[in-house]
Amino acid sequence: MSVPAATGLKRLHLDKTLFYALLVLAGLSLMVIYSATGKNLNATGAHFLRIVLGFIVLLIAAQIPPQTLERWAPYIFAVGIALLLAVAFKGVVGKGAQRWLSLGFIRFQPSEIMKLAVPMMAAWYLSRANLPPTWWRLALAALVVLVPVVIIARQPDLGTAVLVAAGGFFVLFLAGMYWRVLAALAVAVAAAIPFAWQFLHDYQRKRVLTLIDPQADPLGSGYHTIQSMIAVGSGGFYGKGWLNSTQAHLEFLPESHTDFIFAVFAEEFGLIGSLLLLGVYLVIAARTLLIAYMAQDTFTRLLAGSLALTFFINFFVNMGMVTGIMPVVGIPLPIFSYGGTAVLTLMASFGVLMSIHTHRKIAEM
Amino acid sequence: MLNIPLKDYFRETRVFNSRLSAAAIIMAILSLLLVARLTYLQILSYRHYSTLSQANRVRPLPIPPVRGLIVDRHGVVLAQNYPVHTLEIIPEQVDNMKSLLAELKGLVRITEGDEKSFRKQLRERPRFEALTLRTHLSDEEAARIAVRRPHLNGVELQARLQRHYPLGGLGVHAVGYVARISDQDLERIDKTAYRGTRHIGKLGAEAAYEHLLLGQVGFEKVETTARGRALRTLERIAPVAGQNLYLGIDARLQAIAEEALVGRRGAVVALEPVTGTVLAFTSTPTYDPNPFVNGIETDAYKALLDNPNKPLINRALNGQYAPGSTIKVFFGLLGLEDDRFDTSKPLNCPGHYSLPGSSHVFRDWRKGGHGVIGLHEAVVQSCDVYFYRLATAVGPEALRDFLAPFGFGARTGVDLPNESEGLLPSPKWKAARGQKWYPGETVVTGIGQGMLLATPLQLASAVATLANSGVRVRPHLLLAQQDAKGVQRIEAPTRTAGAIELRVRAHLNEIVRHMVGVVHDNKGTAYRIGWDAPYKIAGKTGTSQVKSIAQGAAYVAEATPEHLRDHALFIAFAPAEDPRVAVAVVVENGGHGGSVAAPIARKVMDYAILGRVQPPAKPALRSEHEE
Repeated sequence: MSVPAATGLKRLHLDKTLFYALLVLAGLSLMVIYSATGKNLNATGAHFLRIVLGFIVLLIAAQIPPQTLERWAPYIFAVGIALLLAVAFKGVVGKGAQRWLSLGFIRFQPSEIMKLAVPMMAAWYLSRANLPPTWWRLALAALVVLVPVVIIARQPDLGTAVLVAAGGFFVLFLAGMYWRVLAALAVAVAAAIPFAWQFLHDYQRKRVLTLIDPQADPLGSGYHTIQSMIAVGSGGFYGKGWLNSTQAHLEFLPESHTDFIFAVFAEEFGLIGSLLLLGVYLVIAARTLLIAYMAQDTFTRLLAGSLALTFFINFFVNMGMVTGIMPVVGIPLPIFSYGGTAVLTLMASFGVLMSIHTHRKIAEM
Repeated sequence: MLNIPLKDYFRETRVFNSRLSAAAIIMAILSLLLVARLTYLQILSYRHYSTLSQANRVRPLPIPPVRGLIVDRHGVVLAQNYPVHTLEIIPEQVDNMKSLLAELKGLVRITEGDEKSFRKQLRERPRFEALTLRTHLSDEEAARIAVRRPHLNGVELQARLQRHYPLGGLGVHAVGYVARISDQDLERIDKTAYRGTRHIGKLGAEAAYEHLLLGQVGFEKVETTARGRALRTLERIAPVAGQNLYLGIDARLQAIAEEALVGRRGAVVALEPVTGTVLAFTSTPTYDPNPFVNGIETDAYKALLDNPNKPLINRALNGQYAPGSTIKVFFGLLGLEDDRFDTSKPLNCPGHYSLPGSSHVFRDWRKGGHGVIGLHEAVVQSCDVYFYRLATAVGPEALRDFLAPFGFGARTGVDLPNESEGLLPSPKWKAARGQKWYPGETVVTGIGQGMLLATPLQLASAVATLANSGVRVRPHLLLAQQDAKGVQRIEAPTRTAGAIELRVRAHLNEIVRHMVGVVHDNKGTAYRIGWDAPYKIAGKTGTSQVKSIAQGAAYVAEATPEHLRDHALFIAFAPAEDPRVAVAVVVENGGHGGSVAAPIARKVMDYAILGRVQPPAKPALRSEHEE
């Protein structure tokens, strides 16, 4: 990379490593979506537009100084909660779940805003006082996280709820929540499982059971997992080649261009491709961790750290689901999966990370 | 750090960095787990999954269910399915699309429109899905394709069931139609239930009872070649056909109503008062729903849209008309009930009316007035002045409150989508919209003019409520549903929507007596249909004004453009003593209710009661009493 290009990116408050890694991901995703949709140019074009829009969002977010974000955090959070409640009462029901809010010209999921608003709010609140936080502040911060998570989970949108919960939890964790609190939390979660089971929707329960034994219901809830494992496994070392995924093309693999797109990728590009893609994701995760490490005040380091860890969890859960080591929750592969407003939120969070990195007061190399 | 002076920066950094390191370690472990899992699947289990992937040549294919039939009350088929040969192409299996299309063109007729629609699907649908190139292949064409098929990769010949409406436009506004599933439909339907199904109810009963008509999708497991062509069926879960629906409509009665309205814009709704069953549901002009099933051609659709008579509008359900004088029977009943107006005293009708202190003149339809007149004559002769005074005496809120229980201003709840509400205004209603209620509005509301609007269905439901001793029943089309095992009646054929509260029940009988007078008294505005009727009819004519007439000017029908002429209305039920049918007729710009709308209602009632339409015994008399 030439030096002028790098300085050009820097002037735009963009981070070179992240930016190029994201470009690689975007390019690969277009290739695979083209294949998974059966060479559907409309769908591929739509994804392309969404990615372009994503980069514009990223560019805008990168220009906003983190201090401004810190000031806005409580307001953004309040608006997000209000929108979530609006959805709960007035939302559009799509595919059996009430997640959408229609503004007449566009429909969007307010739960997406929460992916950024919850960690921002938690980081803002905890950075008001010395770290590690007191019990009292910790409890309040936990409430800030739990309220939106519960609303989102009831929509029901388990996938987004998990990611929002993770984003909030990571702030608490990075802020130095005591290990014994963590241990107590782990015990509490374990104890709560039988109760939580009662509140899960039938299809959610089935998905968890499927993880334990996919063969129990091979044409029902186990179908996704079995078919995606066949896709990944039959890819072998070198893969079947681009556009040759029989699992997707013969319609065995459901959601092949959305949540299960990694299966198509692994089938077509084999272990080499899968590891390469995992590598690109890890480069992004590592870079975001580094940004968090180098951040210079409490708010930005908590926020950056949370966004970094959430991104990791996001692609890890998806890849784990596709390879059959995680339950089927509706979490798309970041940037890669077709559809939804998730691409925009993700790109916004990368914009925030780049802003945190490029607006530091003491410049480092 | 600026805003919190007492911060222990170093301790904080230490805490944060240790946490970040912990997270990084966990991330590394999880990543290794993923690498291990991928290696296990793609290297160690490669052979196993590769075999399974080969075995996956067994595809589950959906078998669409057969859509339920829609028949009338006597079993006359209104909507059915018949098989058509369709020529389909799976793009992924085609080696060279251009040469394939060229070859197919040599075998069967493929129009430009066929090709255009196919190319559109080609752009929008997945490559592995079968796309329709042509429908309605003749047997000969199908045979030609069948012979060549082994050499045509990606070409499928299917016998698909296609929706057909054998009676064409008859009852189209009640039955509705199906059409191809659109992108908007896809957003709200359960895609699994519609696998293999290409059509969905868009309007009318087809849409309202989509859930009953659809049925359950079946599946068969088919062994296919590597390119997806089916070789043999291994297993089959049969689809469950949709329910057949019996509508309360009588196709012959429907035809009589439509014939009576031919050449006019209008609506006829006939109900069975006791059950609310819809016997006829007509809006004219009608249109043929068959072209819509496979996507109507743009030109044909444009012609329907541009037709000045607007055949696509469902006038019975969505036409909102000033009820005109038909409203007088309801207000007559209100006059009997309400102490603020004395129905026992006749009053003088000089042919015009003015509010105290106002110079605005409200005219009666009859120039010299009706003279001294009581409630009976006022209804029979449809005296306007009587009802101007009645309305003024009770006040606008009382008018609104009395009409509301009859269902004015609210959807009847009929089992059809997108019903209109009509409009029941009042001072409160206007005030809520920041508008002022003028005293003159009360006056004109008394004769069903002004802002008051009702749909023909609402009028039919309201008059049926009078026929049914004040019990309002929700109108409904569905009579019974039949699954594969036999007929199941719908559980609650009579669904009550409310009852009219009256101080004196006998008032209802009295108003019915006046309504009988409208038809059977020789001064009645509908005497034209009453004098030779072999049964008693209770009715009321109405002529609702489209164009406002200037003070002092006169309305001359012949001098008024057709689309500004008065609407003709008639509401009735019969036989008056034991009602079996309630009817509302609206003829747009038809002229007088008595001369135009009432004879149409008579034909409908004749058939409903006598089973035949009685021809007029002698040339219809021209009465001066027609309003």
